[in-house]
Amino acid sequence: MAKTKTNTEDYLRMYRQMVRIRSFEDNANQLYLSAKMPGLTHMYSGEEAVAVGICEALEVTDKITSTHRGHGHCVAKGANFKEMFCELLGKEEGYCRGKGGSMHIADQSNGNLGANAIVGGSMGIATGAAFTAKLLGKDDVTVCFFGDGATAQGLWYEVMNMAALWKLPVIYACENNGYSEYTKTEEIAAGSITARAEAFGIEAHQVDGQDVLAVNELAQDLVARARKGEGPFFIELMTYRYHGHHVGDINREYYRSKEEEKDWKENRDPIIKFRGWLVEQGIASEDEIEAMNAEIKKDAAEAVAYAEAATYPEQSEVDMHVYTDIKHALERDTA
Amino acid sequence: MREITLSQAVNEALAEEMRRDDTVFIIGEDVAEAGTPFKVLSGLVEEFGTGRVVDTPIAEPGFVGIGVGAALTGTRPVVDLMFGDFLYLVMDQLCNQAAKAYYMSGGKLNVPLVLRTNMGATRRSAAQHSQSLHALVAHIPGLKVAMPSSAYEAKGLMKTAIRDDNPVVIFEDKLMYNDKAPVPEEEFLIPFGEANIKREGRDITLIGTSSMVQVCEKAAELLAKEGIDAEVIDPRTIVPLDEAALLKSAKKTSRVIVVDEGHQSYGITGEIAGRINEKAFYHLDAPVLRMGAMDVPVPFSPALEDITVPTPEDVADNARKLMSGEMIHAA
Repeated sequence: MAKTKTNTEDYLRMYRQMVRIRSFEDNANQLYLSAKMPGLTHMYSGEEAVAVGICEALEVTDKITSTHRGHGHCVAKGANFKEMFCELLGKEEGYCRGKGGSMHIADQSNGNLGANAIVGGSMGIATGAAFTAKLLGKDDVTVCFFGDGATAQGLWYEVMNMAALWKLPVIYACENNGYSEYTKTEEIAAGSITARAEAFGIEAHQVDGQDVLAVNELAQDLVARARKGEGPFFIELMTYRYHGHHVGDINREYYRSKEEEKDWKENRDPIIKFRGWLVEQGIASEDEIEAMNAEIKKDAAEAVAYAEAATYPEQSEVDMHVYTDIKHALERDTA
Repeated sequence: MREITLSQAVNEALAEEMRRDDTVFIIGEDVAEAGTPFKVLSGLVEEFGTGRVVDTPIAEPGFVGIGVGAALTGTRPVVDLMFGDFLYLVMDQLCNQAAKAYYMSGGKLNVPLVLRTNMGATRRSAAQHSQSLHALVAHIPGLKVAMPSSAYEAKGLMKTAIRDDNPVVIFEDKLMYNDKAPVPEEEFLIPFGEANIKREGRDITLIGTSSMVQVCEKAAELLAKEGIDAEVIDPRTIVPLDEAALLKSAKKTSRVIVVDEGHQSYGITGEIAGRINEKAFYHLDAPVLRMGAMDVPVPFSPALEDITVPTPEDVADNARKLMSGEMIHAA
């Protein structure tokens, strides 16, 4: 593993954030399986090093856009469990007052402009956020997270072209987890994905998305350079999703084997790998790590219990937040 | 009062708002040196520079998406969509992203974006450059929709749109860019959701949008010669809609024709007629009539194109039928 930081606190925070994501997802999955969660959700488990490696290179004022598989980005950018679980359960105290749900969690206070349920739908938004930084002379950087499946969307090529022409401070981060919903990436992506960015003159990198230090080292470099006006950049992060496309995608042997899943989980798990490195380097002992894990598990369980007991929004909220200046949208034409 | 063209009015509105607020910028195809194919934006790039009057590649979903992201993060983009027909290209960014961000985030994120585009047939531009698609966006909660009917409205509504914290789609009739109207030199804004009674009358209400306001006014002149006193109302914005003003007029005259250049079926005319039927039924002496554009793609040949859009004569004909009771007997 590449060694990039010498600060013990940074290493431990990265570890904690990865475990927090895994823990969040384990609980979200249980909520689905026990029919306590409305709708369904898409698990980030297995991809933790991507979100954490990148978001640890960002400031709170930097922006991200997220995807339908967005819990990891949300946690990594600084969100709290309580508001997140409340949102997943459609409760009033959720980040979006229960109006967005799993696929639309936004956390403006930490610069998360929101998950997006249209595959590739946030590519324009991320590029626009970077445009704002340039227009207003701010040094904010925006990271646009999307999956390999989204590389098939035309929007990406339109906005990459403009980002490159205008040297916008945006980093396109493609989480290549090998599957575009229920289809292998090699069946939906012709040629090389990094070459597509390079065709626009954009510097492109491919990195092991299971190695949080490698991801973080690259992200720190690119974020710093984007801040100086050297962007945009593209990163393809090779990773794996442990669950199916969504929580209900359980019988999936028709598109990928259990052996393949087992191999990634046992031999390439980002948390196990990083944990081993922390111990080996003497940064944390096994006991300290176990204590951290237990604490996070407890936090998550408490947040779930809190969210389950939390109240739903009043029905009168149904037509609120449609317009900023019209309290109840259904009265917009009669007010 | 001085008279200026609708094109100059839009240009003035943009320049004034850009001087007032550094976060306002224009983005779209050929908006800078070219000033758009209609030359509406001429001179703006000279004053504000290419940083704020931004030419884009021909990539409508891309630059509308960039507008949405910019609006979400502290700017006020005026996104220029060269033809209203290109709305189909940008529907995801406009309707799934811009329109819903405030709601989906529970009121945390908002999109103060103006999409300025156009509408209007009879320019011999055929089926993909002539459509009036305001009903498509008026259908989507979260968007506001303005339809200026003269230079005066074009200026006042544009300034209001730019200051609005919500996404606003503003449709200019491309055949009206050179039409002059009195526009005050001093600053003014026109609030959304306030209809304008263009002409008072007792006998019948003609509700028109955009260029159809003039069609209604001309029809009213024809009718006046026959002793029929028509009232003409311009809603100015269809979202929000000044329902109270329309209902008040309907109750006063008891007869209403709604005239709009969108396709008639499933359109604005049906929506407004429906509301009047629901809320003023006992005051009506005739069915509320819809007059939209013909339900066909806009044809190229002038011989065909001209008959697809309501004319003052068509409106006057229908008004006579409503006055005589012919429409009731036809039912």
